[in-house]
This record gives sequence, C-alpha cells and structure tokens, in this order.
Amino acid sequence: MAASVVVESGMKRRDFLGAAGAGLFVFFGVDLAEAQEPGRLPGRQSGPADFNAFLKIGTDGRVTCLAGKVELGQGAMTELAVALAEELDVALDTVDVVLGDTDLCPYDMGTFGSMCTPLLWPAVRRAGAEAKAVLVQMASERLRVPVGQLRVAAGVISESGKPSNAVTYAQLVDGKRIERHLENVPVKVADFKVIGTSPRRKDGPDKVTGKAQYAGDILLPGMLHAAILRPPAHGATLKSADTSAAEKMTGVRVVKDGAMIAVLDERPDIAVAALGKIKAEWENPPAGADDKTIFDHIQKTAPAPRMVGQSGDLAEGERLAGSVIEETYLNSYVAHAPIETHSATAQIEDGKATVWASSQAPFQVQRAVAAALGLQAEKVRIISRYVGGGFGGKTEADQGVEAARLAKITGKPVQVVYSREEEFFYDRFRPAAVMKIRAGVAGGKIVMWDNQVFGAGDREANPFYDIPHKRVTSAGGWMGGNPAGMNPFAVGAWRAPSVNSNTFARESHIDLLAAKAGMDPLEFRLNNLTNPRVRRVLETAAKQFGWKARRASGGRGAGMACGMYSNACNATIAEVAVNRATGAVEVKRVVMALDEGLVVNPDGMRQQAEGSVMMGLGYSLTEEVRFRNGEVLDTNFDSYRIPRFSWVPKIEIVLVDNPQMPALGGGEPPIIAMGAALANAIFDAVGARVRQLPTTPERVKAALAKA
Amino acid sequence: MERIISFTLNGKAATVKADDERMLLWVLRSDLGLTGTKFGCGEGLCGSCTVIVGNEAVRSCVTPLKAVAGKRVMTIEGIGQHGLHAIQQAFLEHRAFQCGYCTPGMILSAYALLLKTPHPTREQIARHMEDNLCRCGSHVRILDAIQEAAGAAKAGA
Repeated sequence: MAASVVVESGMKRRDFLGAAGAGLFVFFGVDLAEAQEPGRLPGRQSGPADFNAFLKIGTDGRVTCLAGKVELGQGAMTELAVALAEELDVALDTVDVVLGDTDLCPYDMGTFGSMCTPLLWPAVRRAGAEAKAVLVQMASERLRVPVGQLRVAAGVISESGKPSNAVTYAQLVDGKRIERHLENVPVKVADFKVIGTSPRRKDGPDKVTGKAQYAGDILLPGMLHAAILRPPAHGATLKSADTSAAEKMTGVRVVKDGAMIAVLDERPDIAVAALGKIKAEWENPPAGADDKTIFDHIQKTAPAPRMVGQSGDLAEGERLAGSVIEETYLNSYVAHAPIETHSATAQIEDGKATVWASSQAPFQVQRAVAAALGLQAEKVRIISRYVGGGFGGKTEADQGVEAARLAKITGKPVQVVYSREEEFFYDRFRPAAVMKIRAGVAGGKIVMWDNQVFGAGDREANPFYDIPHKRVTSAGGWMGGNPAGMNPFAVGAWRAPSVNSNTFARESHIDLLAAKAGMDPLEFRLNNLTNPRVRRVLETAAKQFGWKARRASGGRGAGMACGMYSNACNATIAEVAVNRATGAVEVKRVVMALDEGLVVNPDGMRQQAEGSVMMGLGYSLTEEVRFRNGEVLDTNFDSYRIPRFSWVPKIEIVLVDNPQMPALGGGEPPIIAMGAALANAIFDAVGARVRQLPTTPERVKAALAKA
Repeated sequence: MERIISFTLNGKAATVKADDERMLLWVLRSDLGLTGTKFGCGEGLCGSCTVIVGNEAVRSCVTPLKAVAGKRVMTIEGIGQHGLHAIQQAFLEHRAFQCGYCTPGMILSAYALLLKTPHPTREQIARHMEDNLCRCGSHVRILDAIQEAAGAAKAGA
C-alpha cells in the first residue's frame, strides 16, 4: 500500500479510460510480491506501481470496481461487488465490476492460486470503507451535521432522526474529481448486510441468455477465421507442405509466416475444411515415453531433489518403528479440458491491437502480443471479459499471439478458435508424478516418514501430521525448471497444482499406517495431529457422515482424507460401491468439511466445493492423458472421459465457522482430497489398494487380484 | 451443394444461401451472428452447441444445414423472447452455472426434455442431460434447476 505514485513506461493513471472524468476514485493494490507467485511469470511490464485496482463512484451514483483479475466462472465479479455493497451501504445491483481488460483495469499478473478472495477482496473492502468515509466527511460539511450523527443507507447519507436532511453519493461527487489512495480506514466487523448472504451472481443474466460474449463470440466486419497447421506429435518437424489445393478454394487465403502455416476464410468451418486439403509431410520425433513408461522416465530424468521438510533422524525413526511400510504412488497427466477451447479474436487499427482472448492472465498476453507485433505494451489491449473455464490451463494464451500475427499479415480482424484436438494437444497438462513413501508407526504414532516426490511439485508435500523423524524431498514439478525431455509436452498448473498428487499419496499411506497400527483411519489421524483446524474439519466431516469404526461390506465402503492448501483445511469422506467383477467404482456420497476462514459468500463457496467434488471425480476415476512418442492419443471427450450427470453423488458440504481468520481462497482447496478419499474408500469396500490415479476398472481389478 | 435454405429461426423466417452440407453451428454463429450457441467439441460429444429443431434437442455441430430446411429452429436467443423462460429463471436462482459456457446447451437440452416429459423424475433428468458436459461441476445445481423449472411449468399449466 505505497503512498507515493510511481509511474512506469509512461503510463499514468488517467490513461485508464475508466479513471477519466468526475467522481470519487480510490486507488489501491495488493502486495504483488506476495500475491502473484513471482517465480512463475515475468514481472510487470507497464502500469502504475502503487495500485492494481481502483473503484469509482460516478456522478450517476453507480459504484464501479476495476481490477485486472478475470471472471473464469469462480464468481470473482460477484464477490468483489459484495465487498463494495457491504462497505459502501449501497444496493448490490448498483455495483459494477469490470475485470480482465488491460485498457480499463490496472495491472494484474493473473487469476490463479485462489487469490481473488484472500488478497484482492480485503483490499476492495478497505477501498469501499475508505470511499464511504470520504463521502461521509463531505456530507458532514455539506449538511452541517457532525459525522457521528449521520447514517448511511442505499447510497444516501442523512441526519439521524431527520431523514429529510440528506444527500446522495451522486450529489456529493457531482462536478468534482476526488482521488484517494488507500488509508487505514477500518472495515465493518459485524452487522453485515451483504457479506455472508448468497446473492444472485452478477454474471447470471448474461450467461443464461447467451449474451455473455466469450473471446470466440466477437464478430467483426470482414473478420477471417484461421485454421492452423499443427504437427501430429510433439517434437515432429515439417518436411514439406503442399497448400495448392487449399489455395484454389474460393475465398480461402493461405498465410505462411515463419513456422506457421494458416488458412483463413470468412467462415470458420470452411477454413478447417481448407486446412484438411493441405498435404503435409512430417518427420516424426524419435521414440519416447508413453503413458505406461513415463513414471520410470520421470524418475530417471528428474533434476536434483529439493529438501522441502526435515526433522529428527530417519534412522532413529526406523529403529523406533521396527518395520516400515514402503509404497510408490503414481498420478497421471490430466487435461484441463475447459468446454471453451482456447479462443482469440484480434483486430489492429491505427497501430493499436485489440485482442479478445480466453485467458486467465490478460496482462501476460498483452506482453506476448506486443513482442510478437513489435508494439509497445500500451498499444495492445487484451480483453478477457468472460472465459469459459480455466482451471490453470489458460494462463498462457498462444492463440492470442497467433490471431494477432495473422491480423497484422492479412490486415483484417482474425479469429482463432482451437479445435478440441488442438486443445488436448497444446494443453499444459498437470504433470504425471511419482511419490515414494517409507513410513513407520510405533504405539499408534507415526514415528518416521521418508517421502520422495518426483514431478508433482513441492506444495503440501511436507505433511502436517506430528512426525518426529521425517525427510521430504521434491524433484521437478509443474512450475517449470524441469530438464528438457522430462515431460514429453508442456505441463503447468492444474487446479491446486502439486497438491492433488501429494495429498493422494500421503493420505493413502496414512490409511496403510492406520491399518498397521490396528486403528481406525479417523482415530489414527486424530492421534497424530495437533493442528486444531485440521482436527476440526476431520471431526466435522466424520460427524456429518456418521463415521463408524466398522463400516459396511458387500462391495460398499467409505474412505477419508484430509489436506491443507493456501491455509484452508479440507476433510473429505466418500462412500463408494465397487463392482468386483468389472472393477467399476460408483461414488454414492461425498461429505466435505472446509475451513475457509471468513466465508464471504457461502453459496459461492459451496459452488466451488461442489464443482471440486465433480471435477475431483474425474481425476480420481477416469481422467488420464494417453500418449506415445509425442502424440497425444486423446483428442476428444469420447476417449477422455470427464464427469457426467450420472456420476453425481449425494454431496454434502459443511463450511466450518471461522470468521476470525481472513477469507481464504476457495477455488482449489476443496478438490485436493478427492483422490485419496476415493482410493481409501475402494480399499475399505473390497480390500484393493489402488496406488495409481485414476482408479480405472482395470487398476481396481488388478489390485483385487493382489488383495 | 450451395443453395438457398429456408427455415424458421426463433419464430422468424430465415433464409441462408450456403453449402447445405455445412454444419448448422457455423451457419448460426458466423453467417447469422447468433453466438449464444457454443462450439465445444465439433463431434457431438459435449452438448454445448445444442439447439432445438422441431421439438428435439440436436447437436448443431453435427447437424447439416439441409437437415433444418423447412423446420423450426430455436437457439438460446429465442427461448426467452417474452422475458426469461422458467428454465432460465431457475438456472439464475440455483446459480446453476459457473463459467457459463455450457449453459445455453444445458438450458436447451432441458427445454426439449420438458416438452416431452413435463414432470420428469430426477433420474430422468440426469439420463437426458448425460451427454451435456459441464467442466465447472455445476451438475447438482443444473439438476435442481431443471426440477424446479418443471415444477414451475406444472404450477403455471
């Protein structure tokens, strides 16, 4: 919250269109170093350094908040509006939230890591509180009433006991321009009117009527749709391409620019048909790993391990335990598979490029497009108004660069919409991972834990259980820095990166240790945990579920897992039915208890948790990317099975009340324990321990054969 | 074959001159500018391109233009021409969407179900909606919304 104004790259705050004109402005920001995962992406390129969001109260009385985050479906638009409606005492429908537009909104590195709620949201609240304090002070002077005798409701400030002596926010700011930076004005601590309610979503009317415009819904006069020649496998190189048949098609244009060959037409399907007429010869890459051999490959090619948790002396722990349980857990590549494929529409006019892009990080796309076109960043505007799902997979936006390049070459607006096959091919998958754990118990206590993680990443690898002797190392991961060739294609952040893999391994192994100790999984966890928040979610979930030490058999069973992420706590209990003959797993019921700190919007939080249960069913039961020699074999939803309506279990979400803790991110923590809870439930049901996700029927049958 | 195809689109007469083998999705989106119908998979596997032809929900990405000649076609832009339809209203109330990209297809699939089965059981709704994919995981709310819309339709009938 710096007080001084620092301007970089010649950009001043009035360059933001939304900041022009009369009104009350409060400029504010969140600590970028802390908030923005600085290791992931290059630093800021442009924009004022002292704020990255602002709010405006206009002369029409409407409140507008502008921030560089993106509405991906997580409900950011609604949550930020809730904060302002609360602190300013205005109706929710008088608050507008403008996100994801690099011309209108100040810089933001990207929408990932569940950071809207924990970091931006409190800042927006404080800005609202400050704006109200400024307005009340102005009203005091205008109405000649001491501040303490004023009351505020629905954007009207009036004298207590004399409601006719009143002035509206709109009247106060009319004809003035007032600029403030964030001071330490306290926010409300009680008597919330909007926080904690579950209002309708701000984006709802647009989304149920088809009016919501995604990047591929932008239609511009003269616009061309591009279809781009793609290699059949990662690592394949183009030997020759005969484009003559495509060029003969009426209206079709073929563009060759560097390594890119694109065909363009005013109709997208005709462009795709023309692309099919290109005769391309490819040199295939040398034989490489496939989805079966990848786990050995990852261990062999992983970089030197990092120490992520260490205490005591492993040899002493092993001596205490007498014997250890050793297992290797595997997790597969999974795709983000948003229903909206990567899309972009680009237009260049008078030396300025505008690109509508489905992106979680419009300011990163701005930088990439500017570099590709040889323009200054301020000559590039990226608009990511509505995005059809991200889950970590739309952080980069190569299609935006492709559309911009083609718009420059053709002199016309160009749209690029990935086919489903391209979406699978160019996805930055959640990395495949190997987790080796050796651990021992003595007297119901975990005394030793030796965990080597390969490929998954560090997050939440270090267990939160009380373990005197432990060592946790991690080699490679989703965040980059892997040796070339370790992963045969790009990998990246997938909803709660690292944590789904690490939680699956840890919580599967905890159940093995519980069995070794002769204890119930719940009792064993509680016996090894002092963290009060994790204990509380475990106890809450167990109570809601009706957890019993002995559970039903006959192919039905229940399993639990707990985890932490971004300081939120999750305990998940699943009930499954397993068909011994087919290996098929049906999930009957999922109970999840969450400690998310102060809950801003309970229904919004439940939405994230329900969505996590459903998406979690996918990575737990069916989703894995199959590939061979650089070729991605899954190209559509026929072979890559994502969750469907018939899979829907009974879902019960319990939000434990913890308003003393600040609001925590809600998009990722609810998904982390699904894999382990289901694997443990399968074990409970039929005695088969499945050590690889997803727990496909084949793997369940193979585990049954060994049981 | 390029020819003139006439059909009824959202209650109004529509005429398109185009290759009649082209898929309806692209004609709706790029020739007619109705972008509420979404592309998701191109092979009829995800349901985000669902529109109503006659009284049936069809996947417009695999429905050639010639198949709708002389027929009634309704898209998301046409379902609520007199204010929001009960299904749209129920989706709003149940917040039965997150990113919203699959939502038009969900609403139109539900519309076709309620035409044929005005009072479906929850199992019937789930079975009918099975091939409409939602990646955000709004499934429970979508089922709730359709069930409520069916109830509302019943009350209004």
